[in-house]
Amino acid sequence: MDFTYTETQEMIRDTLARFLMDNYDFDKRQKMIASDGGRDPAIWQSIAGELGLLGAAFGEEYGGLGGGMTEHVVIMEELGKAIAVEPYLQTAVIGGSALKSTGGPLAEAVIPQIISGEAIIAFAYAEPQGRYNLANLTTTAKKDGSGYTLNGHKSVVYTAPWATHLLVTARTGGGSRDRDGISLFLIDAKADGVVKRDYPTNDGFMASEIYFENVAVGSDALLGDEGGALPLIELIVDEATVAVCSEAVGVTTRLHADTLEYSKQRQQFGQPIGRFQVLQHRLVDMMMEVEQAKSMTLMAMLRLDLPAEERMAAVSQAKAKVGRACKFVGQNAIQTHGGIGITDELAVGHYFKRATMIENQFGSIDHHYVRLEQLTLAA
Amino acid sequence: MNLEFSADELAFQQEVRDFIAANYPADVRAKQDAGEELGKEDYLKWHRILFKQGWVAPAWPEEYGGPGWNPTQRFIFSEEIAAAECVQILPFGINMVGPVIYTFGTPEQKERFLPRILSGEDWWCQGYSEPGSGSDLASLRTKAVLDGDEYVVNGQKTWTTLAQHADWGFFLVRTDNEVKPQEGISFLLIDMKSPGIEVKPIITLGGHHEVNEVWLEDVRVPVDQRIYEENKGWTCAKFLLAHERTGIAAVARSKRGIEKVKDIARSELDDEKPLMANPFFRRKIAELETDLTALEFTELRSLAGENAGKGPGPEASLLKIKGSEIQQRITELVLEAVGHYGAPYFRGFPEGSNEYPIGPDYAHQAAPTYFNARKTTIYGGSNEIQRNIISKMVLGL
Repeated sequence: MDFTYTETQEMIRDTLARFLMDNYDFDKRQKMIASDGGRDPAIWQSIAGELGLLGAAFGEEYGGLGGGMTEHVVIMEELGKAIAVEPYLQTAVIGGSALKSTGGPLAEAVIPQIISGEAIIAFAYAEPQGRYNLANLTTTAKKDGSGYTLNGHKSVVYTAPWATHLLVTARTGGGSRDRDGISLFLIDAKADGVVKRDYPTNDGFMASEIYFENVAVGSDALLGDEGGALPLIELIVDEATVAVCSEAVGVTTRLHADTLEYSKQRQQFGQPIGRFQVLQHRLVDMMMEVEQAKSMTLMAMLRLDLPAEERMAAVSQAKAKVGRACKFVGQNAIQTHGGIGITDELAVGHYFKRATMIENQFGSIDHHYVRLEQLTLAA
Repeated sequence: MNLEFSADELAFQQEVRDFIAANYPADVRAKQDAGEELGKEDYLKWHRILFKQGWVAPAWPEEYGGPGWNPTQRFIFSEEIAAAECVQILPFGINMVGPVIYTFGTPEQKERFLPRILSGEDWWCQGYSEPGSGSDLASLRTKAVLDGDEYVVNGQKTWTTLAQHADWGFFLVRTDNEVKPQEGISFLLIDMKSPGIEVKPIITLGGHHEVNEVWLEDVRVPVDQRIYEENKGWTCAKFLLAHERTGIAAVARSKRGIEKVKDIARSELDDEKPLMANPFFRRKIAELETDLTALEFTELRSLAGENAGKGPGPEASLLKIKGSEIQQRITELVLEAVGHYGAPYFRGFPEGSNEYPIGPDYAHQAAPTYFNARKTTIYGGSNEIQRNIISKMVLGL
């Protein structure tokens, strides 16, 4: 048994943490979000070039550093500590997972662009009617000559306004909730017929509603087997879920640290409020939630290679627990700060917003308990 | 023991209902329905209509312009107002400073201020909290020094709700540093247009401008604008806190809130079925309704006590704690119900064509409302302070 990170992994953490401290403090983040386009593209270029981190989880054959999920977990935790609104999850984790898993010419072409910072990917999977069921799809990809024609509507596609590529789930066959008949495509974000309505999100990112209106897609855009992509999509989403759990560890770590610091500083009734036992116990409870979130993230990460059912059960346990931690730590951080916690100017409120959005990202607490029960509790 | 209203009370209820239906301003209703932010005029419009009817200050004694209702009538009135989703009559004048003035003020002060509070001519704000004095309010440091027949006030207040619209503010200020903190505080009425006052907005997490900082620099306040004796302001403040309890449980509003959650859960699809069919989500609604019923009947028992002539006691803290927790849980359920569409941020965002809408309308404010509702367990004496009050005053710990 070994829970230590390798030297390289520690180096990745230190490099990124230092970079974010210098270039991504809270004030700078708020300025980027408020600027046109909602981000500073130079940051992404630095993470790619100067830091060389976008290749951390790709094999050397693509020009990467040869790492994997552990590198993603390290990077996502640090991004979470800075509530960075960079497209790492969508591009390197999700896009990377899809391309690495399927290989071939598309992977050979696009992965180097991810590593160099040229390609930004957005994952267009959710639809208004489907909630968290990945198989509930009405977007269709109809066979058309040698390629396909895409039609449909995707909901709340994070990072789509910045994306060069869209990773799209669509039906090439089957009924609207069938496990069979689902395919995965990587298409040009600016293809004819891709209509986007862009908007900011409550946690500082940008997202889009995407409508595909007779978008012509070549057969080379297909990732994996036609009609048989659901198991791959489930794997990609499980990996993304672990990554977002790690981000949540970073976010809740900061929420707890800021609250602890505040309760040592803030004086009421002639003493720091941290002297009051009711707040002492609350801070202990928050810390325990953060520690368990960290444990569950590593647990799920270490079980990603197990057979699908065991993997899914592990990921659902982790996400349910982490979702609860986001809620508990976030709400109590605000409560302990009092009025100042509700202002826009203090960082803690913005960490709370991201924590709140993570609660439902890739499935609510209820969703993951239901999936877990279906997998593990035979009646 | 019975739960029924008398025939007179039922007739009164119908009268209130009919009045609201016939007189509530349509343009304000339209703004509310569209989820638009309400301005000063929107609040005042309804205020003036109730004033004309003689109903704007249900709790005031008749001699000062109250309608002479008993506690049950006041309860019915506030239930109907909430059920019809009328805009709130802002509490700072009617519920807060008004009762302080008619209880502790001089005849001249009553004559000068009360009619303009009733009519809505003066908009009031509350200068209590300071950056260093929140839960520990009595430690406040804004200083007032007597100079001839005027006080000179210096200091900073914060969390001052809607001060950007205010004509007048009631302030707690320190007039004696040498005594116990509670014994050196005075209650001043200050014209918000006085030289030396600066109101600075505080933007909250939901993106709203609701609260402000109020800075006071050498603000001169005539001594006849002090209520009650010098250094007896804490008595006024404590009295006011007891009056603030009116409607503190927000039962009627929460009932409407739960109905909205149900509507949303019936519209939202959870994979193949409506979210309302999801056993976990249903259970959360059922629990919430059960807790709200418990709160409602606790409030009714307290109201019955008031009808029997018992003054409001520390059980108000119970109503505040449970009422605020329920309000927050409602916003949590709405956010959970809207799923992916909790993420888009709409504030100040131009509503474009209807051709490509961003999720259902009811989702647009779900997250900001949830964020903003965190304040309910903080303001009006945080829930931690309310628990201290119960443990000290009720349990004797």
